[in-house]
Amino acid sequence: MNIALRDAQPAFSPQVRFEGAPFLAAPKVQAPAPDAGAAFAFQGVRKAFGPKAVLHGLDLTVPAGAFVAVIGKSGCGKSTLLRLLTGLDAPTSGAIAFEASGAKDPARLTRVMFQEPRLLPWARVVANVEVGLSHLRSKAERRRTALSLLADVGLADRADEWPSVLSGGQRQRVALARALASRPRILALDEPLGALDALTRIEMQQLLERIWLQQGFTAVLVTHDVAEAVALADRVVLVEEGRIALDLEIPLPRPRRRGSPELARLEGVILEKLLGSAA
Amino acid sequence: MTALARFVRQGVGWILPLLLLVVWEVAARLGEIPKNILPAPSDVGAALWKLSVSGEIFRHIYVSSWRALTGFAIGGSIGFALGLANGLSDASRAVSDTTLQMVRNIPHLALIPLVILWFGIDEEAKLFLVALGVFFPIYINTLHGIRTVDPQLIEMGRIYGMSRIALFVKVILPGALPSIFVGLRYALGIMWLTLIVAETISASSGLGYMAMQAREFLLIEVVVLSILIYALLGKLADSAARLLERVFLKWHPAFQLQ
Repeated sequence: MNIALRDAQPAFSPQVRFEGAPFLAAPKVQAPAPDAGAAFAFQGVRKAFGPKAVLHGLDLTVPAGAFVAVIGKSGCGKSTLLRLLTGLDAPTSGAIAFEASGAKDPARLTRVMFQEPRLLPWARVVANVEVGLSHLRSKAERRRTALSLLADVGLADRADEWPSVLSGGQRQRVALARALASRPRILALDEPLGALDALTRIEMQQLLERIWLQQGFTAVLVTHDVAEAVALADRVVLVEEGRIALDLEIPLPRPRRRGSPELARLEGVILEKLLGSAA
Repeated sequence: MTALARFVRQGVGWILPLLLLVVWEVAARLGEIPKNILPAPSDVGAALWKLSVSGEIFRHIYVSSWRALTGFAIGGSIGFALGLANGLSDASRAVSDTTLQMVRNIPHLALIPLVILWFGIDEEAKLFLVALGVFFPIYINTLHGIRTVDPQLIEMGRIYGMSRIALFVKVILPGALPSIFVGLRYALGIMWLTLIVAETISASSGLGYMAMQAREFLLIEVVVLSILIYALLGKLADSAARLLERVFLKWHPAFQLQ
Protein backbone atom coordinates (compact mmCIF):
# COMPACT_ATOMS: atom_id res chain seq x y z
CA MET A 1 0.00 0.00 0.00
CA ASN A 2 1.25 3.43 -0.74
CA ILE A 3 -0.35 6.75 -0.06
CA ALA A 4 -0.16 9.38 -2.76
CA LEU A 5 -0.83 12.91 -1.66
CA ARG A 6 -2.09 15.32 -4.28
CA ASP A 7 -1.19 18.51 -2.51
CA ALA A 8 1.87 20.56 -1.71
CA GLN A 9 0.60 21.26 1.79
CA PRO A 10 1.43 18.80 4.54
CA ALA A 11 -1.54 16.57 5.19
CA PHE A 12 -3.49 17.30 8.32
CA SER A 13 -3.78 14.47 10.75
CA PRO A 14 -6.79 12.76 9.25
CA GLN A 15 -9.78 13.76 11.29
CA VAL A 16 -12.37 11.62 9.67
CA ARG A 17 -15.83 12.53 10.75
CA PHE A 18 -19.15 11.65 9.25
CA GLU A 19 -22.41 13.40 9.42
CA GLY A 20 -25.55 11.36 9.07
CA ALA A 21 -25.55 7.60 9.07
CA PRO A 22 -22.42 5.83 10.32
CA PHE A 23 -20.22 4.59 7.58
CA LEU A 24 -20.00 0.87 6.89
CA ALA A 25 -17.77 -0.98 4.48
CA ALA A 26 -19.16 -0.99 0.96
CA PRO A 27 -21.08 -4.19 0.32
CA LYS A 28 -19.06 -6.19 -2.19
CA VAL A 29 -21.27 -7.94 -4.67
CA GLN A 30 -18.36 -9.59 -6.33
CA ALA A 31 -14.66 -9.00 -6.34
CA PRO A 32 -13.36 -8.63 -9.93
CA ALA A 33 -9.72 -7.97 -9.05
CA PRO A 34 -8.26 -7.44 -5.61
CA ASP A 35 -6.85 -4.00 -6.40
CA ALA A 36 -9.24 -2.76 -9.10
CA GLY A 37 -10.41 0.25 -7.13
CA ALA A 38 -8.61 2.92 -5.14
CA ALA A 39 -9.62 4.42 -1.81
CA PHE A 40 -9.41 8.15 -1.28
CA ALA A 41 -9.94 10.60 1.52
CA PHE A 42 -10.62 14.35 1.51
CA GLN A 43 -9.01 15.72 4.64
CA GLY A 44 -10.28 19.13 5.70
CA VAL A 45 -10.38 20.23 2.08
CA ARG A 46 -11.11 23.89 1.55
CA LYS A 47 -11.41 25.40 -1.91
CA ALA A 48 -11.85 29.08 -2.55
CA PHE A 49 -12.00 31.00 -5.79
CA GLY A 50 -10.79 34.44 -4.76
CA PRO A 51 -12.73 35.54 -1.67
CA LYS A 52 -15.54 33.05 -2.31
CA ALA A 53 -15.12 29.71 -0.55
CA VAL A 54 -16.85 26.84 -2.31
CA LEU A 55 -15.82 23.99 -0.01
CA HIS A 56 -15.41 24.63 3.72
CA GLY A 57 -13.15 22.00 5.22
CA LEU A 58 -14.74 18.94 3.66
CA ASP A 59 -13.95 15.48 5.01
CA LEU A 60 -14.91 12.42 3.05
CA THR A 61 -13.44 8.95 3.09
CA VAL A 62 -14.36 6.50 0.38
CA PRO A 63 -13.12 2.90 0.45
CA ALA A 64 -11.83 1.13 -2.63
CA GLY A 65 -14.49 -0.16 -4.99
CA ALA A 66 -17.37 1.81 -3.51
CA PHE A 67 -20.05 3.55 -5.56
CA VAL A 68 -20.71 6.96 -4.05
CA ALA A 69 -23.24 9.45 -5.34
CA VAL A 70 -22.76 13.12 -4.55
CA ILE A 71 -25.89 15.21 -4.81
CA GLY A 72 -26.76 18.76 -4.07
CA LYS A 73 -28.28 21.85 -5.57
CA SER A 74 -26.39 23.67 -8.31
CA GLY A 75 -23.60 25.77 -6.91
CA CYS A 76 -23.22 23.67 -3.78
CA GLY A 77 -19.67 22.68 -4.65
CA LYS A 78 -20.24 19.15 -5.93
CA SER A 79 -18.56 19.76 -9.27
CA THR A 80 -15.65 21.43 -7.51
CA LEU A 81 -15.32 18.32 -5.39
CA LEU A 82 -14.99 16.26 -8.55
CA ARG A 83 -12.47 18.63 -10.12
CA LEU A 84 -10.35 18.33 -6.98
CA LEU A 85 -10.65 14.56 -7.00
CA THR A 86 -9.51 14.31 -10.61
CA GLY A 87 -6.70 16.79 -10.15
CA LEU A 88 -8.15 19.43 -12.46
CA ASP A 89 -7.91 21.88 -9.56
CA ALA A 90 -5.81 21.88 -6.40
CA PRO A 91 -7.33 22.45 -2.95
CA THR A 92 -6.73 25.83 -1.27
CA SER A 93 -5.97 23.99 1.95
CA GLY A 94 -6.31 20.47 3.26
CA ALA A 95 -5.30 17.40 1.33
CA ILE A 96 -6.64 14.55 -0.73
CA ALA A 97 -5.06 11.20 -0.04
CA PHE A 98 -5.22 8.23 -2.35
CA GLU A 99 -4.60 4.65 -1.46
CA ALA A 100 -4.06 2.47 -4.48
CA SER A 101 -2.01 -0.66 -4.12
CA GLY A 102 0.21 -1.37 -7.06
CA ALA A 103 -0.73 1.77 -9.01
CA LYS A 104 2.07 2.64 -11.39
CA ASP A 105 0.97 5.84 -13.03
CA PRO A 106 -0.77 8.47 -10.87
CA ALA A 107 -2.01 10.24 -14.00
CA ARG A 108 -4.13 7.20 -14.83
CA LEU A 109 -5.50 6.77 -11.31
CA THR A 110 -8.66 8.73 -12.00
CA ARG A 111 -10.70 9.31 -15.12
CA VAL A 112 -13.63 11.63 -15.51
CA MET A 113 -16.74 11.42 -17.62
CA PHE A 114 -18.48 14.72 -18.26
CA GLN A 115 -22.04 15.72 -18.95
CA GLU A 116 -21.00 16.29 -22.57
CA PRO A 117 -19.37 13.33 -24.33
CA ARG A 118 -16.45 15.53 -25.47
CA LEU A 119 -15.61 13.27 -28.38
CA LEU A 120 -13.29 14.53 -31.10
CA PRO A 121 -15.67 15.11 -34.03
CA TRP A 122 -12.83 14.58 -36.54
CA ALA A 123 -11.86 11.16 -35.22
CA ARG A 124 -13.74 7.92 -35.88
CA VAL A 125 -15.45 6.31 -32.91
CA VAL A 126 -12.66 3.76 -32.44
CA ALA A 127 -10.00 6.48 -32.64
CA ASN A 128 -11.85 8.40 -29.96
CA VAL A 129 -11.60 5.42 -27.64
CA GLU A 130 -7.90 5.13 -28.48
CA VAL A 131 -7.42 8.61 -27.00
CA GLY A 132 -7.70 6.87 -23.63
CA LEU A 133 -5.13 4.25 -24.60
CA SER A 134 -2.09 6.43 -25.19
CA HIS A 135 -0.19 4.36 -22.60
CA LEU A 136 -0.16 1.39 -25.00
CA ARG A 137 2.82 1.44 -27.34
CA SER A 138 1.64 -0.82 -30.12
CA LYS A 139 -0.85 0.61 -32.56
CA ALA A 140 -2.38 -2.79 -33.23
CA GLU A 141 -2.87 -3.37 -29.53
CA ARG A 142 -4.53 0.03 -29.13
CA ARG A 143 -6.94 -0.80 -31.93
CA ARG A 144 -7.70 -4.25 -30.54
CA THR A 145 -8.27 -2.93 -27.02
CA ALA A 146 -10.44 -0.07 -28.27
CA LEU A 147 -12.62 -2.47 -30.24
CA SER A 148 -13.12 -4.73 -27.24
CA LEU A 149 -14.02 -1.71 -25.09
CA LEU A 150 -16.56 -0.68 -27.68
CA ALA A 151 -17.98 -4.18 -27.57
CA ASP A 152 -18.33 -3.81 -23.78
CA VAL A 153 -20.57 -0.79 -24.23
CA GLY A 154 -22.47 -2.42 -27.09
CA LEU A 155 -21.08 -0.33 -29.95
CA ALA A 156 -18.76 -2.78 -31.69
CA ASP A 157 -20.53 -2.27 -35.00
CA ARG A 158 -20.17 1.54 -34.91
CA ALA A 159 -16.37 1.64 -34.62
CA ASP A 160 -15.80 3.27 -38.00
CA GLU A 161 -18.53 5.88 -37.79
CA TRP A 162 -18.06 9.60 -37.16
CA PRO A 163 -19.34 10.70 -33.74
CA SER A 164 -21.75 13.14 -35.40
CA VAL A 165 -23.95 10.30 -36.69
CA LEU A 166 -24.39 8.71 -33.25
CA SER A 167 -27.26 9.45 -30.88
CA GLY A 168 -26.66 11.24 -27.58
CA GLY A 169 -26.73 8.00 -25.61
CA GLN A 170 -24.33 6.28 -28.02
CA ARG A 171 -21.89 9.19 -27.82
CA GLN A 172 -21.97 8.99 -24.05
CA ARG A 173 -21.27 5.25 -24.27
CA VAL A 174 -18.22 5.97 -26.43
CA ALA A 175 -17.10 8.48 -23.80
CA LEU A 176 -17.55 5.77 -21.15
CA ALA A 177 -15.46 3.32 -23.17
CA ARG A 178 -12.76 5.97 -23.52
CA ALA A 179 -12.83 6.74 -19.79
CA LEU A 180 -12.50 3.06 -18.93
CA ALA A 181 -9.77 2.46 -21.50
CA SER A 182 -6.86 2.98 -19.14
CA ARG A 183 -8.49 0.93 -16.37
CA PRO A 184 -8.77 3.81 -13.90
CA ARG A 185 -8.98 3.00 -10.18
CA ILE A 186 -11.46 5.82 -9.70
CA LEU A 187 -14.09 6.86 -12.21
CA ALA A 188 -15.53 10.30 -11.60
CA LEU A 189 -18.86 10.95 -13.29
CA ASP A 190 -19.98 14.56 -13.59
CA GLU A 191 -23.71 14.29 -14.36
CA PRO A 192 -22.89 12.14 -17.37
CA LEU A 193 -26.49 11.18 -17.99
CA GLY A 194 -28.00 14.60 -17.38
CA ALA A 195 -28.56 15.42 -21.03
CA LEU A 196 -30.14 12.09 -22.01
CA ASP A 197 -33.79 11.25 -22.36
CA ALA A 198 -35.44 9.23 -19.58
CA LEU A 199 -35.30 5.80 -21.24
CA THR A 200 -31.76 6.11 -22.55
CA ARG A 201 -30.84 7.28 -19.09
CA ILE A 202 -32.11 4.12 -17.41
CA GLU A 203 -30.30 1.99 -20.00
CA MET A 204 -27.12 3.89 -19.35
CA GLN A 205 -27.53 3.50 -15.59
CA GLN A 206 -27.81 -0.26 -16.03
CA LEU A 207 -24.77 -0.30 -18.29
CA LEU A 208 -22.81 1.74 -15.78
CA GLU A 209 -23.80 -0.57 -12.94
CA ARG A 210 -22.90 -3.68 -14.92
CA ILE A 211 -19.48 -2.35 -15.87
CA TRP A 212 -18.81 -1.15 -12.33
CA LEU A 213 -19.66 -4.62 -10.98
CA GLN A 214 -17.40 -6.24 -13.58
CA GLN A 215 -14.40 -3.98 -13.16
CA GLY A 216 -14.60 -2.98 -9.51
CA PHE A 217 -13.31 0.60 -9.79
CA THR A 218 -14.33 3.22 -7.27
CA ALA A 219 -17.17 5.26 -8.75
CA VAL A 220 -18.03 8.80 -7.74
CA LEU A 221 -21.20 10.01 -9.41
CA VAL A 222 -22.17 13.65 -9.19
CA THR A 223 -25.82 14.07 -10.04
CA HIS A 224 -28.86 16.19 -9.28
CA ASP A 225 -31.17 13.24 -9.83
CA VAL A 226 -31.96 11.68 -6.44
CA ALA A 227 -33.63 8.63 -8.03
CA GLU A 228 -30.49 7.96 -10.05
CA ALA A 229 -28.33 8.34 -6.95
CA VAL A 230 -30.27 5.82 -4.86
CA ALA A 231 -30.62 3.40 -7.78
CA LEU A 232 -26.89 3.21 -8.39
CA ALA A 233 -24.94 4.11 -5.29
CA ASP A 234 -23.92 2.26 -2.13
CA ARG A 235 -23.85 5.55 -0.41
CA VAL A 236 -25.32 8.97 -1.07
CA VAL A 237 -23.55 12.10 0.10
CA LEU A 238 -25.50 15.33 0.17
CA VAL A 239 -23.36 18.46 -0.18
CA GLU A 240 -24.78 21.74 0.97
CA GLU A 241 -22.93 25.05 1.01
CA GLY A 242 -19.59 23.32 0.75
CA ARG A 243 -20.20 20.87 3.58
CA ILE A 244 -21.56 17.37 3.84
CA ALA A 245 -25.11 17.68 5.13
CA LEU A 246 -26.10 14.03 4.89
CA ASP A 247 -24.23 10.79 4.40
CA LEU A 248 -26.60 7.93 3.79
CA GLU A 249 -26.01 4.23 3.20
CA ILE A 250 -28.09 2.54 0.53
CA PRO A 251 -27.85 -1.05 1.78
CA LEU A 252 -30.05 -2.55 -0.92
CA PRO A 253 -29.09 -5.63 -2.94
CA ARG A 254 -28.42 -5.44 -6.67
CA PRO A 255 -29.88 -5.51 -9.20
CA ARG A 256 -32.23 -2.95 -7.73
CA ARG A 257 -35.77 -2.80 -8.89
CA ARG A 258 -36.73 0.72 -9.95
CA GLY A 259 -39.82 1.92 -8.12
CA SER A 260 -39.40 -0.45 -5.18
CA PRO A 261 -40.69 0.91 -1.81
CA GLU A 262 -37.23 0.90 -0.19
CA LEU A 263 -35.77 3.00 -2.97
CA ALA A 264 -38.72 5.36 -2.75
CA ARG A 265 -38.32 5.68 1.02
CA LEU A 266 -34.61 6.51 0.79
CA GLU A 267 -35.31 8.93 -2.03
CA GLY A 268 -37.88 10.59 0.20
CA VAL A 269 -35.40 10.95 3.07
CA ILE A 270 -32.87 12.63 0.80
CA LEU A 271 -35.39 14.88 -0.92
CA GLU A 272 -36.77 15.98 2.43
CA LYS A 273 -33.32 16.94 3.61
CA LEU A 274 -32.52 18.60 0.29
CA LEU A 275 -35.69 20.64 0.07
CA GLY A 276 -36.44 20.99 3.78
CA SER A 277 -33.29 22.89 4.52
CA ALA A 278 -34.00 25.22 1.64
CA ALA A 279 -37.05 26.70 3.37
CA MET B 1 -31.06 6.35 -63.20
CA THR B 2 -29.36 7.96 -60.23
CA ALA B 3 -26.34 8.68 -62.41
CA LEU B 4 -28.63 10.38 -64.89
CA ALA B 5 -30.36 12.32 -62.13
CA ARG B 6 -27.00 13.46 -60.80
CA PHE B 7 -25.93 14.50 -64.29
CA VAL B 8 -29.10 16.51 -64.74
CA ARG B 9 -28.73 18.14 -61.33
CA GLN B 10 -25.14 19.15 -61.96
CA GLY B 11 -25.88 20.19 -65.51
CA VAL B 12 -28.78 22.42 -64.56
CA GLY B 13 -26.43 25.18 -63.37
CA TRP B 14 -24.92 25.45 -66.85
CA ILE B 15 -28.19 26.07 -68.66
CA LEU B 16 -28.35 29.78 -67.87
CA PRO B 17 -24.74 30.61 -68.91
CA LEU B 18 -25.20 28.67 -72.16
CA LEU B 19 -28.44 30.50 -72.89
CA LEU B 20 -26.74 33.85 -72.25
CA LEU B 21 -23.95 32.84 -74.60
CA VAL B 22 -26.43 32.01 -77.35
CA VAL B 23 -28.34 35.28 -76.88
CA TRP B 24 -25.06 37.20 -76.89
CA GLU B 25 -23.88 35.53 -80.11
CA VAL B 26 -27.16 36.13 -81.88
CA ALA B 27 -27.34 39.77 -80.73
CA ALA B 28 -23.77 40.39 -81.88
CA ARG B 29 -24.39 38.75 -85.27
CA LEU B 30 -27.50 40.86 -85.81
CA GLY B 31 -25.50 43.99 -85.01
CA GLU B 32 -27.50 44.73 -81.85
CA ILE B 33 -24.24 44.86 -79.89
CA PRO B 34 -21.64 47.02 -81.69
CA LYS B 35 -18.36 45.19 -82.37
CA ASN B 36 -16.29 47.82 -80.56
CA ILE B 37 -18.35 47.40 -77.35
CA LEU B 38 -18.48 43.62 -77.06
CA PRO B 39 -17.30 41.09 -79.64
CA ALA B 40 -19.33 37.98 -80.46
CA PRO B 41 -18.40 34.81 -78.52
CA SER B 42 -17.25 33.27 -81.79
CA ASP B 43 -14.75 36.13 -82.23
CA VAL B 44 -13.45 35.51 -78.72
CA GLY B 45 -13.15 31.84 -79.65
CA ALA B 46 -11.23 32.74 -82.77
CA ALA B 47 -8.86 34.90 -80.72
CA LEU B 48 -8.33 32.00 -78.33
CA TRP B 49 -7.51 29.72 -81.29
CA LYS B 50 -5.03 32.18 -82.78
CA LEU B 51 -3.25 32.81 -79.47
CA SER B 52 -3.19 29.08 -78.74
CA VAL B 53 -1.62 28.25 -82.08
CA SER B 54 1.09 30.85 -81.52
CA GLY B 55 1.50 29.53 -77.97
CA GLU B 56 1.43 33.10 -76.66
CA ILE B 57 -1.55 32.55 -74.41
CA PHE B 58 0.01 29.61 -72.61
CA ARG B 59 3.06 31.65 -71.83
CA HIS B 60 0.87 34.38 -70.30
CA ILE B 61 -1.19 31.90 -68.30
CA TYR B 62 1.96 30.24 -67.07
CA VAL B 63 3.53 33.52 -65.99
CA SER B 64 0.35 34.71 -64.25
CA SER B 65 -0.23 31.38 -62.48
CA TRP B 66 3.38 31.26 -61.34
CA ARG B 67 3.07 34.75 -59.86
CA ALA B 68 -0.24 33.96 -58.21
CA LEU B 69 0.87 30.69 -56.63
CA THR B 70 4.30 31.92 -55.55
CA GLY B 71 2.82 35.03 -53.98
CA PHE B 72 0.17 32.88 -52.34
CA ALA B 73 2.74 30.44 -51.00
CA ILE B 74 4.81 33.24 -49.49
CA GLY B 75 1.97 35.28 -48.00
CA GLY B 76 -0.09 32.25 -47.04
CA SER B 77 2.68 30.50 -45.18
CA ILE B 78 3.67 33.65 -43.27
CA GLY B 79 0.01 34.27 -42.42
CA PHE B 80 -0.49 30.66 -41.35
CA ALA B 81 2.66 30.65 -39.22
CA LEU B 82 1.75 33.93 -37.50
CA GLY B 83 -1.84 32.76 -37.04
CA LEU B 84 -0.58 29.60 -35.35
CA ALA B 85 1.90 31.50 -33.20
CA ASN B 86 -0.62 34.11 -32.08
CA GLY B 87 -3.34 31.53 -31.59
CA LEU B 88 -1.19 29.31 -29.41
CA SER B 89 0.83 31.87 -27.50
CA ASP B 90 -0.67 34.77 -25.59
CA ALA B 91 2.73 36.45 -25.42
CA SER B 92 3.15 36.35 -29.19
CA ARG B 93 -0.36 37.67 -29.69
CA ALA B 94 0.15 40.50 -27.21
CA VAL B 95 3.26 41.60 -29.09
CA SER B 96 2.11 41.41 -32.70
CA ASP B 97 -1.67 41.30 -33.02
CA THR B 98 -2.34 45.04 -32.56
CA THR B 99 0.23 45.91 -35.22
CA LEU B 100 -1.18 43.37 -37.65
CA GLN B 101 -4.73 44.54 -37.10
CA MET B 102 -3.65 48.11 -37.87
CA VAL B 103 -1.80 47.12 -41.04
CA ARG B 104 -4.80 45.04 -42.07
CA ASN B 105 -6.93 48.15 -42.39
CA ILE B 106 -4.73 49.57 -45.15
CA PRO B 107 -6.08 48.40 -48.52
CA HIS B 108 -3.09 46.59 -49.93
CA LEU B 109 -3.75 47.89 -53.44
CA ALA B 110 -3.28 51.42 -52.11
CA LEU B 111 0.38 50.51 -51.77
CA ILE B 112 0.85 50.08 -55.53
CA PRO B 113 2.59 53.44 -56.11
CA LEU B 114 4.92 52.74 -53.20
CA VAL B 115 5.53 49.18 -54.34
CA ILE B 116 6.44 50.36 -57.84
CA LEU B 117 8.90 52.82 -56.31
CA TRP B 118 10.40 50.05 -54.18
CA PHE B 119 10.50 47.19 -56.63
CA GLY B 120 10.01 48.76 -60.03
CA ILE B 121 7.75 46.72 -62.28
CA ASP B 122 9.67 43.49 -61.75
CA GLU B 123 8.32 40.23 -60.39
CA GLU B 124 9.00 41.26 -56.79
CA ALA B 125 6.38 43.98 -56.96
CA LYS B 126 3.62 41.58 -57.98
CA LEU B 127 4.71 38.84 -55.59
CA PHE B 128 4.79 41.36 -52.76
CA LEU B 129 1.27 42.58 -53.48
CA VAL B 130 -0.18 39.09 -53.83
CA ALA B 131 1.59 37.90 -50.69
CA LEU B 132 0.34 40.90 -48.72
CA GLY B 133 -3.19 40.39 -50.04
CA VAL B 134 -3.45 36.71 -49.11
CA PHE B 135 -1.63 37.13 -45.80
CA PHE B 136 -4.52 38.67 -43.87
CA PRO B 137 -7.38 36.30 -44.66
CA ILE B 138 -5.15 33.33 -43.86
CA TYR B 139 -3.76 34.95 -40.72
CA ILE B 140 -7.09 36.08 -39.31
CA ASN B 141 -8.93 32.85 -39.99
CA THR B 142 -6.13 30.66 -38.64
CA LEU B 143 -6.01 32.76 -35.49
CA HIS B 144 -9.78 32.72 -35.15
CA GLY B 145 -9.93 28.97 -35.77
CA ILE B 146 -7.38 28.18 -33.11
CA ARG B 147 -8.86 30.50 -30.54
CA THR B 148 -12.35 29.08 -31.00
CA VAL B 149 -11.44 25.40 -30.66
CA ASP B 150 -13.84 23.95 -28.08
CA PRO B 151 -12.11 24.50 -24.70
CA GLN B 152 -13.89 21.40 -23.38
CA LEU B 153 -12.07 19.27 -25.95
CA ILE B 154 -8.74 20.85 -24.99
CA GLU B 155 -9.47 20.11 -21.33
CA MET B 156 -10.36 16.54 -22.29
CA GLY B 157 -7.04 16.18 -24.13
CA ARG B 158 -5.13 17.45 -21.11
CA ILE B 159 -6.98 15.07 -18.76
CA TYR B 160 -6.10 12.18 -21.03
CA GLY B 161 -2.47 13.12 -20.76
CA MET B 162 -1.86 14.35 -24.31
CA SER B 163 1.51 15.98 -24.80
CA ARG B 164 1.54 19.52 -26.21
CA ILE B 165 2.36 18.16 -29.65
CA ALA B 166 -0.39 15.52 -29.49
CA LEU B 167 -2.85 18.15 -28.29
CA PHE B 168 -1.96 20.35 -31.25
CA VAL B 169 -2.07 17.58 -33.85
CA LYS B 170 -5.14 15.76 -32.56
CA VAL B 171 -7.29 18.54 -31.12
CA ILE B 172 -6.28 22.11 -31.93
CA LEU B 173 -5.32 21.88 -35.61
CA PRO B 174 -8.29 19.73 -36.74
CA GLY B 175 -10.57 22.00 -34.72
CA ALA B 176 -9.19 25.08 -36.45
CA LEU B 177 -9.29 23.54 -39.93
CA PRO B 178 -12.82 24.60 -40.97
CA SER B 179 -11.97 28.20 -40.24
CA ILE B 180 -8.58 27.90 -41.96
CA PHE B 181 -10.35 26.68 -45.10
CA VAL B 182 -12.65 29.70 -45.06
CA GLY B 183 -9.50 31.83 -45.01
CA LEU B 184 -7.95 29.78 -47.78
CA ARG B 185 -10.87 30.22 -50.15
CA TYR B 186 -11.13 33.91 -49.39
CA ALA B 187 -7.40 34.29 -49.96
CA LEU B 188 -7.58 32.57 -53.34
CA GLY B 189 -10.10 35.18 -54.47
CA ILE B 190 -7.87 38.01 -53.25
CA MET B 191 -4.91 36.34 -54.95
CA TRP B 192 -6.38 36.64 -58.47
CA LEU B 193 -7.86 40.06 -57.81
CA THR B 194 -4.51 41.47 -56.68
CA LEU B 195 -2.68 39.91 -59.57
CA ILE B 196 -5.08 41.31 -62.17
CA VAL B 197 -4.70 44.82 -60.79
CA ALA B 198 -0.93 44.52 -60.46
CA GLU B 199 -0.53 43.13 -63.96
CA THR B 200 -2.70 45.73 -65.64
CA ILE B 201 -0.76 48.54 -63.97
CA SER B 202 2.77 47.34 -64.44
CA ALA B 203 3.89 44.24 -66.25
CA SER B 204 5.65 43.03 -69.36
CA SER B 205 4.04 39.61 -69.43
CA GLY B 206 1.04 37.79 -68.00
CA LEU B 207 -2.68 37.88 -68.63
CA GLY B 208 -3.15 41.41 -67.35
CA TYR B 209 -0.39 42.61 -69.63
CA MET B 210 -1.98 40.75 -72.56
CA ALA B 211 -5.30 42.49 -71.87
CA MET B 212 -3.73 45.94 -71.59
CA GLN B 213 -1.78 45.48 -74.81
CA ALA B 214 -4.85 44.27 -76.62
CA ARG B 215 -6.66 47.42 -75.45
CA GLU B 216 -3.93 49.56 -77.05
CA PHE B 217 -4.54 47.82 -80.35
CA LEU B 218 -8.32 47.77 -79.90
CA LEU B 219 -8.33 43.95 -79.95
CA ILE B 220 -11.39 43.87 -77.78
CA GLU B 221 -11.93 40.10 -78.23
CA VAL B 222 -8.52 39.47 -76.59
CA VAL B 223 -9.51 41.71 -73.67
CA VAL B 224 -12.69 39.69 -73.20
CA LEU B 225 -10.71 36.48 -73.58
CA SER B 226 -8.29 37.41 -70.82
CA ILE B 227 -11.17 38.30 -68.51
CA LEU B 228 -12.74 34.90 -69.20
CA ILE B 229 -9.45 33.14 -68.49
CA TYR B 230 -9.16 34.97 -65.18
CA ALA B 231 -12.67 33.81 -64.30
CA LEU B 232 -11.77 30.24 -65.23
CA LEU B 233 -8.55 30.27 -63.21
CA GLY B 234 -10.42 31.69 -60.22
CA LYS B 235 -13.02 28.98 -60.49
CA LEU B 236 -10.28 26.36 -60.80
CA ALA B 237 -8.58 27.56 -57.61
CA ASP B 238 -11.88 27.56 -55.76
CA SER B 239 -12.68 24.03 -56.92
CA ALA B 240 -9.28 22.85 -55.74
CA ALA B 241 -9.96 24.37 -52.31
CA ARG B 242 -13.37 22.71 -52.19
CA LEU B 243 -11.82 19.39 -53.04
CA LEU B 244 -9.33 19.80 -50.19
CA GLU B 245 -12.21 20.71 -47.88
CA ARG B 246 -14.05 17.56 -48.81
CA VAL B 247 -10.96 15.47 -48.10
CA PHE B 248 -9.94 17.11 -44.83
CA LEU B 249 -13.35 17.94 -43.39
CA LYS B 250 -15.15 14.73 -44.24
CA TRP B 251 -15.93 14.32 -40.53
CA HIS B 252 -17.89 17.56 -40.59
CA PRO B 253 -21.68 17.10 -40.75
CA ALA B 254 -21.84 19.77 -43.47
CA PHE B 255 -19.73 17.56 -45.75
CA GLN B 256 -21.50 14.30 -45.06
CA LEU B 257 -24.53 15.06 -47.20
CA GLN B 258 -23.99 13.10 -50.34
